[in-house]
Amino acid sequence: MSVDTPARPGDEASPEFRVETGVLATMRRIQRPSRLRNRELLLLLFAFVVNGAAMVLVQLGAIGEVQPGPLVAVAGLAVLVLVLHGGLRVWAPNADPVLLPVAVALNGIGIAEIYRIDIAEKLTGWGAASTRQIVWSAIAMVAAVLVVALLKNYRVLHRYTYVFGFIAVVMLLLPLIPGLGLNVNGARVWISIGGVLSFQPGEVAKIALAIFFAGYLVRTRESLSMVGKTFLGMRFPRLRDLGPILVIWLLSMAVIVFQRDLGTALLYFGMFVIMLYMATGRTSWVLIGMTLFVGGAVVASQTLSYVNGRFRNWLDAFNPDQYEAWGGSHQLVQGIFGLAHGGLVGTGLGQGQPAITPLAESDYIFASLGEELGLAGVMALLGLYLIIVARGLSIGFTAQDDFMKLLAVGLSFTIALQVFIMVGGVTRVIPLTGLTTPFLAAGGSSLVANWIIVALLLRLSDSVRKPGPMVGAAS
Amino acid sequence: MNTQLKRISIVVLAMFTALMVSTTLIQVFQADQLAADGRNTRTLYDSYGVERGPILAGDTVIAESVPSDDQYEFARSYPEGELYSPITGYFNQTQGSSGLEQSMNDYLSGTSNTQFLDSLNRIVTDQAPAGAAVETSIDPDVQQAASDALGDLQGAIVAVEPSSGRILAMTTSPGYDPNRLASHNSEDVIAAYDELINDPSQPLINRATGGNLNPPGSSFKVVVAAAAFDTGEYTPDSTLPNPVSLTLPGSSATVYNWTRTSCGSGDTVTIREAIRQSCNVPLAELGMRLGDDTIKAMAEKLGFNQAFDIPTETTASSYPNTNSDAETGLSSFGQMNVRTTPLQMALVSAAVAADGKVMSPTLVDRVTGSNLQALETTQPSEFSTAFSPEVADMLTEVMVNGVANGQSSNAKIEGVDVAGKTGTAQNGDDDPYTLWFTGFAPAENPEVAVAVVIENDANLGHHSSGNIVAAPIAKKVIEAVLNK
Repeated sequence: MSVDTPARPGDEASPEFRVETGVLATMRRIQRPSRLRNRELLLLLFAFVVNGAAMVLVQLGAIGEVQPGPLVAVAGLAVLVLVLHGGLRVWAPNADPVLLPVAVALNGIGIAEIYRIDIAEKLTGWGAASTRQIVWSAIAMVAAVLVVALLKNYRVLHRYTYVFGFIAVVMLLLPLIPGLGLNVNGARVWISIGGVLSFQPGEVAKIALAIFFAGYLVRTRESLSMVGKTFLGMRFPRLRDLGPILVIWLLSMAVIVFQRDLGTALLYFGMFVIMLYMATGRTSWVLIGMTLFVGGAVVASQTLSYVNGRFRNWLDAFNPDQYEAWGGSHQLVQGIFGLAHGGLVGTGLGQGQPAITPLAESDYIFASLGEELGLAGVMALLGLYLIIVARGLSIGFTAQDDFMKLLAVGLSFTIALQVFIMVGGVTRVIPLTGLTTPFLAAGGSSLVANWIIVALLLRLSDSVRKPGPMVGAAS
Repeated sequence: MNTQLKRISIVVLAMFTALMVSTTLIQVFQADQLAADGRNTRTLYDSYGVERGPILAGDTVIAESVPSDDQYEFARSYPEGELYSPITGYFNQTQGSSGLEQSMNDYLSGTSNTQFLDSLNRIVTDQAPAGAAVETSIDPDVQQAASDALGDLQGAIVAVEPSSGRILAMTTSPGYDPNRLASHNSEDVIAAYDELINDPSQPLINRATGGNLNPPGSSFKVVVAAAAFDTGEYTPDSTLPNPVSLTLPGSSATVYNWTRTSCGSGDTVTIREAIRQSCNVPLAELGMRLGDDTIKAMAEKLGFNQAFDIPTETTASSYPNTNSDAETGLSSFGQMNVRTTPLQMALVSAAVAADGKVMSPTLVDRVTGSNLQALETTQPSEFSTAFSPEVADMLTEVMVNGVANGQSSNAKIEGVDVAGKTGTAQNGDDDPYTLWFTGFAPAENPEVAVAVVIENDANLGHHSSGNIVAAPIAKKVIEAVLNK
C-alpha cells in the first residue's frame, strides 16, 4: 500500500530528497493525518459558526432578543465535538475529515429549528424538545467517541457477524414485549426504559443489521452470485438460495404488520437488497427484491387500514374529504403549505409559521426548515446529506476487503434511503411513513444511531489507509 | 464490486435528484397556487404585518391601509364607502375578500413575483414590507354620475372606453359599505356579513358583472343585426315580412310586437325600421333565417359564453344552443335562455363603436410599487374582431336612428349623435320586467360605451320600459364622460 501524498514543492527543487526512504515515508504518514485533522478542525469551526448563527437568528427572528441560555448549551455540545475531534487525532488520525463537520452542521441546524418550534409552542426546560435534543446529542457524541476509542479494528465486527444478527432481531422484538413496548401514533416501535426514557431500538437495530448483512454476504456471495439459470439476459438464483432474501422479506413484512411501521420495513429491506446486489452483482436480486417488497406493500395497502390510509393521503392529499379525515392528509398538506410559504429564500429563521404543521420538530423538521430557509436552504441540506453519503460510498471504493466495502455501502446507503423516505414522504414523492430525518429530527435513538454510523464510517475510513490482513478478496 | 458501487452511486444520485425536483416544484412552481389555497393559514398570518397597497381611481383613494392600534399593525379603510365597493370589494384577514382586493391580492400584499426585488430591497434596508398601489381605470366623475343616476333603483351600470376596454364606471345597487366588512372585530364582521347575505335584495352581488343575470330583451337585437349584416346578405335596407303576429314553427307560441300591431303599415319592413320601432316579429323571422349557429357565433365573438377576468372574476353571459327554430326566434329578441350582464352589453356597444373590435375589459390601468415604479401596466388587448368596420357603420346608423327617431329616444343628447338600443325583457307573465339600455357616443368619434340594467321594472309595473327608465340613466352617464 502506498502513501499517495504528493511531493511538496521544496522536494521538487532538490532531487536528492525524492529518494523514497522508510524515514521519509513515515514522516509523510505522520504529516498527512495531522493535515487531515487540521482540515477537519477548520471545517468544524465553520460548522460551529453556522450552528451558532442559526441559534442567534432563531432568537432574533422569533423573540427579537438574544438569550444566552440555549447558546451556552449548544456551546457545550461544541466542546464535546472537540473532544471527539481530539479522539480522532489519537485513535483514528487517518479518518475522513469531512464526515464529522457535516454531521455537526446538520445536528446543530436541527437543534436550532427544534428550538424555534419550542419557542412557537412556548415550551421550555425539560418539556422542550430542544433541551432533550441537546442532551441526546451529547449522549450520541459520547457514543461516537466510545465507538472510535474502543473499536480499534473494524474486523472485530466481522468476527461477530451472527451475534449482531441476533442483537438486531432482539432489538426489533423488544417493542413487542408487553410492558416494555410503547404505542406512539399507532406505531409500536418504541420501548420505555423505567417509564422515563423512551427509545426506538429499531434505529440501533439497523446498524446491527448492516454489520450482520455485510458479514453474512461476504461468506455467501460466491454461491449467491455464481449459480443459477439465465433468463431474459439475467442470471436468476437457485430456489434454495432464495432463503435469505425471503427471511429478510418476512422480517420486513412482520415489521409492517406487527409494528405498523412501513418506513422502517422499507429501510431494512432496501438496505439488504442494495448490499445483496453489491455483493453478488446480480441485477436479478434487485428485481426479485423489488417485486417482493412492492407486492407486499400492495397487499398491505389493501388489507391494513393504516397502510391504505397512507397511500390515499399520498395520492389524493388535497381532496377536502381526505384532508378533513381522521388520520388524513391534513399534516401532509400543511407541511407542503409550509414549504411553499418558504419559497426560494425562505421566511428567515424564526420568522415563518412552521409550528402550524403537527410534529413540526420531528417528522416534519424538513418542511419546517424548508419554510424558514427556503429552497436555497433545502438544497444546502440535501447537499450536506449527499456529502456524507458520497464520503461513505467512497470508502466503499477504496476499501481493501469485501466486508469493509459492504459495511461502508450499507451504512451510507441507509442514510441516503432514510433521507429519501422522509423528505420524499414530506414532498409527496412516496407515501409518508414515520421515520426520522437523520441528524435533524427531534429524537434520541435516531441521533445515537446516526452518530454511531458516523463513528463507524470514520473508523472504516481510517482503516482504509492501514495495511493489514484482509477479510475476503477485494474485487 | 466497484461496478456495482458505481451503479449504486447513480441510484443515490437519482434519489437525491428526485427530492430536489419535488422540493423545487413545491417551493417555486406550485408556490403561488398553494399560497392561494383557502386552507393555507400562513398566507393569512403574513398579511397581518404588511402595509397593504392602496387602490386608486384617478387621484381619489378608494382603499387604503391606515395604522391600527389593535393587535394588527394596519386596518383597511374605504374612504368613499359604498360608492366604489363594486370595484374594490372588501378585504378581511380572517373572513375573506372580494373584488380587486381579492383578484389583485398578490400585488396589494406585496407577494407577487414582480415585487420580489422590491421586497428583497426592503429586507436589506430594513423597511417594513409594503404592497403595491393599484391604479384603476375608473373615472371618479363618471363613477359618481353613474351612482347618482342609478340612485336607489335595483340594477347596475357599466361604462367602457371602446378603444381600450378600460372600464370608466361600474356601479351596482343596492350596494354595501365595505368598511363594515373590513373591521378587525370578527364578530362584527360576521354579523354584518350575515345581514348582507340574508338581505333579499342581495347587496353583496355585483349586478354589473354577475349575479343571477338577466335576459337582454330587445337590446340583444343589436347582436342579431350584427350577425345578419356580417353574412353580407343583409343591409339595414333589407326587408322582412311584416305580419301582426308570428306563430313559431312547431309550437303554439305566438310572437307579437310590443304594440300588438304590425311594424309600420307595409307588407314588408326594413331592418332599420324594425330596430327603430323595436319590433319583435321581423327580428324573430330574421333570427330564424340566420339560424342558431350564426347568431351564437356572433354572440361568442362579442364575448358571450366566456368569463372575463377584469381581473376580478366575472360571470359569463350565456347564449346557449337552442333546440328548435321556435327557440331561435325567441332568442332573437333576447328572450328564451339568453342571459347577460351589463358588462357584456356594454362590450356589444363598444364593439360597434370600435369598428368591430372587442377589447378585453379591464379595471386596472397600472400597478405601481412602493418606490412609485410601474410594476405592471395594462396594455389594451383585443379579445376578438367581431365584425368588419362596414358592418359597424351599418349598426351605428341603425342605432343612431333608434335614438334620434325611435324607441330609444330618451337617450338623446343635444348636439351629439348617440347610438343606442333599449330592451324591455320579460321574466315570466306576471314577473317584473328587466329594463335595458346599451349604446355609445358620440357616434362619429366614440368616447364611451355604456350599458344600464334595471331589475324589477323600477317598481313601475308593466308600464315601464327600457326607454322610460334605463335610457335617461345612460344619458346622464354619457354626459358625464362628454362633459369632461
